[in-house]
Amino acid sequence: MRNPAGYLARRAWTNLRNEVLVLPSRTLALVWVLAGLLLPVVHPDPYLLRIAAMTCIFATLAASWDLLAGYAGQINFGHALFFGAGAYTSGLASLRLGLAPWLGVGMAALVATAVGLAVGTLCLRLRGSYLSLATLAFPLIFTGLLFAFPDFSGGELGISGLRSLARTRTGNYYVAAVGMLVLVFGLWAIADSKFGLVLHAIRDDEVAARASGINTTRYKLAAFAISACAAGISGALYAHFMRGAGPSTLEVALSFQVVIWGIFGGVATIYGPVTAVFVLYPLTEWLGSFKGLGELRLLIFAVIVLVVLLFMPRGLTPWVRDKIETECPRCKHRNAVWRMGCRLCGAPLRVLAARVGQRPR
Amino acid sequence: MLQDILVTGLVNGGVYALLAIGFSLVFGVARIVNIAHTAFYMLAAYCFYTLLTRTGLGVAASGAIAVAAVTLLSVVCYRLVIEPVREHEAAVLIATIALGLIFQELMLVAYGGSFLGIPSAVEGVVSVAGVSVPYQRLLILVVAAAVLVATWLVLYRTRLGLAIRATANDLEVANLMGMNVHRVAMATVAISVALAAIAGVAVAPVFVVDPFMWLAPLVTVLAIVVLGGLGSLKGSLIGALVIGYVEAITVFALPKGAFLKGAVALSIMVVVLLVRPEGLFGVAFEEER
Repeated sequence: MRNPAGYLARRAWTNLRNEVLVLPSRTLALVWVLAGLLLPVVHPDPYLLRIAAMTCIFATLAASWDLLAGYAGQINFGHALFFGAGAYTSGLASLRLGLAPWLGVGMAALVATAVGLAVGTLCLRLRGSYLSLATLAFPLIFTGLLFAFPDFSGGELGISGLRSLARTRTGNYYVAAVGMLVLVFGLWAIADSKFGLVLHAIRDDEVAARASGINTTRYKLAAFAISACAAGISGALYAHFMRGAGPSTLEVALSFQVVIWGIFGGVATIYGPVTAVFVLYPLTEWLGSFKGLGELRLLIFAVIVLVVLLFMPRGLTPWVRDKIETECPRCKHRNAVWRMGCRLCGAPLRVLAARVGQRPR
Repeated sequence: MLQDILVTGLVNGGVYALLAIGFSLVFGVARIVNIAHTAFYMLAAYCFYTLLTRTGLGVAASGAIAVAAVTLLSVVCYRLVIEPVREHEAAVLIATIALGLIFQELMLVAYGGSFLGIPSAVEGVVSVAGVSVPYQRLLILVVAAAVLVATWLVLYRTRLGLAIRATANDLEVANLMGMNVHRVAMATVAISVALAAIAGVAVAPVFVVDPFMWLAPLVTVLAIVVLGGLGSLKGSLIGALVIGYVEAITVFALPKGAFLKGAVALSIMVVVLLVRPEGLFGVAFEEER
């Protein structure tokens, strides 16, 4: 211990090598984080930064949907409600109340959480398809109210003239990127904790969960609140990034988009929907930048989603993960697919798999 | 105003009933929440428009061909897209969303986003209880009533209808009793889309035709089937009339009613769900485990 800095560095490297680099999926996550943080340094193109920032904002939204729909099984068809509530709260707070943008974001989080709790309370007795279809209604009711009071809400044009959160373009990108990293990893931590395990149980069998002494009402409401809070913050970030918020933040199309991202990426993973946004959003923007293809953008998007689903019905990331990792038959830990033996318990991975006939040679 | 409300509500309710019953049928038999349902209604309207204005066919022939073509298309889509992923509920869901988007974008590319008008099949107005009702709206009502009766006859007086109801009731037992549930599901999809296509052809001359015309009725139809109880045909019919009248009352009786039309209808759905979570006529499904 004569050289504490060297010791810490060595320990960090050992951790990195043994915990992150051993698994391809974790390595990919690390590469993704670093790429996200270094993008403005490497390639500060305004157009690219704009697309990347939007991707980050929507990735947060998709991840928040996954906590509610994937983990808790409350398949929400009206997730745009929380996004729009966040965007409008933050926008109206800065414009009508004159609050600082950051305070507006905080207020958006609070209001969105309250909206989430309200929707969750209304939906407590509903399940399955009823819940999906009923939640579809809420953003539309909200839109109707906004249109009915155009003096306050800006009506069909929405509100504009907001200040952005940072002064420079790079700063704005970092607000979106760091916000996304914090929220997504926060959601991931929540979903990976005991709380997430309870949500899994509620989704798979609510009666059994209740019989095991779980207060399912409280957990479902908590899932609604957390998910709505994250979605509301992403909505507020969107409003300040776009410097305005309109009825498009509440559209059915956005709600459907979120569902598509979530299921396309693979539900109940958190990283799945995020991956889906990072694949699909830049792809559609890139396709839209071609002359002539611009009109076909949404069409190509839908066709890609459809075709990919036919081959990977469980979603993109579970399929990829199964290709690059295997599960140890003895200790159930995950291993890189090229390993001969399990990295933790040493059980042979390939021979056993061949014997039980999973991977015939 | 009262007469306006009565007539408009009835006509809209009839159209909604056509759409909602088809949706309900597919949900009951195949457990598919078919988001693309009203997209087929939009396709039928476009098909009808094209046949009527580009070819010299008459109204009846164009309508019949449009309905047949769209029904055929739906069966093809079902076989190619839905059936391969049937076990994965989530995949089916976004497959139908993607189908709806594809149809919307195809029509946008082919016809542009502008509103297309179709000349009325029958001109003139008739005076009913002091309100002048255009013949076209009366025609919609007659078509809706006739088709609903025909659907009822198919469902309750034929062997296919028996199979459909049995499959909706219990898929596994129906399968064990020797019904080909895949074929029944396909027939149900065809019937349901045919109903939507008939609705599309019927309303095309009254409403404008544009690629986004499927979204508003989609939300209304979802509200109706949830209100009436998923899978319940009686519920869909009554729900359609309720929502049709509520919308008519909102539009005619409230200031700024046109904006609030959807909001009020959906609020009623939410209120009903809070009181009766399985809808008005839904059966409280036993916990599936």
